[in-house]
Amino acid sequence: MATYSTNEFKSGLKILMDGDPCTIVENEFVKPGKGQAFNRVKIRNLKTGRVVDKTFKSGETVEAADILETEMQYLYEDGEFWHFMVADTFEQYAADAKAVGDCAKWLKEQDMCQITLWNNTPILVAPPNFVELEITETDPGVRGDTAQGGVKPATLSTGAVVRVPLFLEIGDVVRVDTRSGEYVSRAKD
Amino acid sequence: MTEFDWRPGVLPEALRVRGEMLRRIRRYFEKQRVLEVETPALSRAATTDPHIGSIAATPRNGPVRYLQASPELAMKRLLAAGSGDIYQICRVFRDDESGALHNPEFTMLEYYRLGLDHLALMRDLSALLTEATAGWIGLGEPEYLTYSEVFSEHVGCDPLRDSAELLALAMSRRGLDVPDSIRDDRDALMDLAMAALVSPTMGSGRLSFVYDFPPEQAALANIRRAETPVAERFEVFLSGAELANGFHELVDAGEQRGRFAAELGRRRHLGLPAVPVDERFLAALEAGVPACSGVAVGLDRLLMCITGADHIDQVLAFGWTRI
Repeated sequence: MATYSTNEFKSGLKILMDGDPCTIVENEFVKPGKGQAFNRVKIRNLKTGRVVDKTFKSGETVEAADILETEMQYLYEDGEFWHFMVADTFEQYAADAKAVGDCAKWLKEQDMCQITLWNNTPILVAPPNFVELEITETDPGVRGDTAQGGVKPATLSTGAVVRVPLFLEIGDVVRVDTRSGEYVSRAKD
Repeated sequence: MTEFDWRPGVLPEALRVRGEMLRRIRRYFEKQRVLEVETPALSRAATTDPHIGSIAATPRNGPVRYLQASPELAMKRLLAAGSGDIYQICRVFRDDESGALHNPEFTMLEYYRLGLDHLALMRDLSALLTEATAGWIGLGEPEYLTYSEVFSEHVGCDPLRDSAELLALAMSRRGLDVPDSIRDDRDALMDLAMAALVSPTMGSGRLSFVYDFPPEQAALANIRRAETPVAERFEVFLSGAELANGFHELVDAGEQRGRFAAELGRRRHLGLPAVPVDERFLAALEAGVPACSGVAVGLDRLLMCITGADHIDQVLAFGWTRI
């Protein structure tokens, strides 16, 4: 069992807290001139995304979490699992709905995603920051109305709904920022 | 291009200001007729304080020497020899202390004034720090608060009377995570409360002095016997950082020997290495150190306040990762 001492703490370190894999977001060493030293740490639970404050007496140790963050290509969904592949080794991993979460609506086959593995099982899937998706449903376009800057909802091929400019039509491909869920531009074809 | 980053990490302004800050401090003491001294950086003895780790240096033919964690004990030997008021600006070394406000090697100003108690020394230090920072930061009138007052306001408890359980409860109520390992340790709880709840709120735009500590936190301070005894110790804060720690000095050799023994016992209990006690210092106390107060000021932190740096590396030519 690998452990880390508080003096190895730094942001990005993966540790186990109450049985859950976590990452250190921020580590602050505090110590009165004459007195006990502490590490005050912000920790993100990798399964829930929740960030909590924890205090450690300096010198204490915590268990390391076997976490690997790696890029994989999204292959397909079979109704229960989303399947990903490591490009150079062809190794495949199946992520369940808990790991994929909200990001399912951004997954397009062959896009590269960031997968977090805990003990070799996917626990978190992050889509690319920008995806290009086709509009499958939206109200008819209004040509020549680009100056007004009006928007309308559009459903994309993955099921995601984003607000797009009025002139876009079914069949157009748009670029979307997955972090904000906002339309960025019309994709060049 | 080699793989070694040779460049300094210091802010250009901090590099320029340091020398002028030191000159102002020396001018202040010259006016006050306080003598500048130097004492050895190496000693056969190490601090017994269980929370301070000494770094050992081993000469080829000799016993282990320790890099000083503070020049305090050597300076008190000078006081016992009749030096009168003295100050020293030197490097001190503390193992395992690294962070935004900590570097294992740092610059300390330590000074002693005969016949002053800790309250009078606080005022003297306020004058010194105001002069040392003039024109760079405008300091308002300093505030003077007792340890009990700041704990009552920022922690919500009575540090002189409340049990460990009550302290821990009050700290949790303020949203602080209290580790299980210190829940029955009043001393550690107070340290955490001071660092996490009190310190960040102190010293905005002026010096905040906190004085009269609980007796467990006496360190080398005299304990004033009263209905509720307090340690005649103070700390100074500026911009949320602890700048200095001062004592109305304990000059009773017997009591000092007892405190060293207690700290060594605590070291054993914590599984820390035993260290040699400074017998020459105890002998000086037996011979007689005059009544005095002394204070240690972290000059790198003062420079951080002056330059607005948010990491100590920004005021050191080469921080711990660049040596």
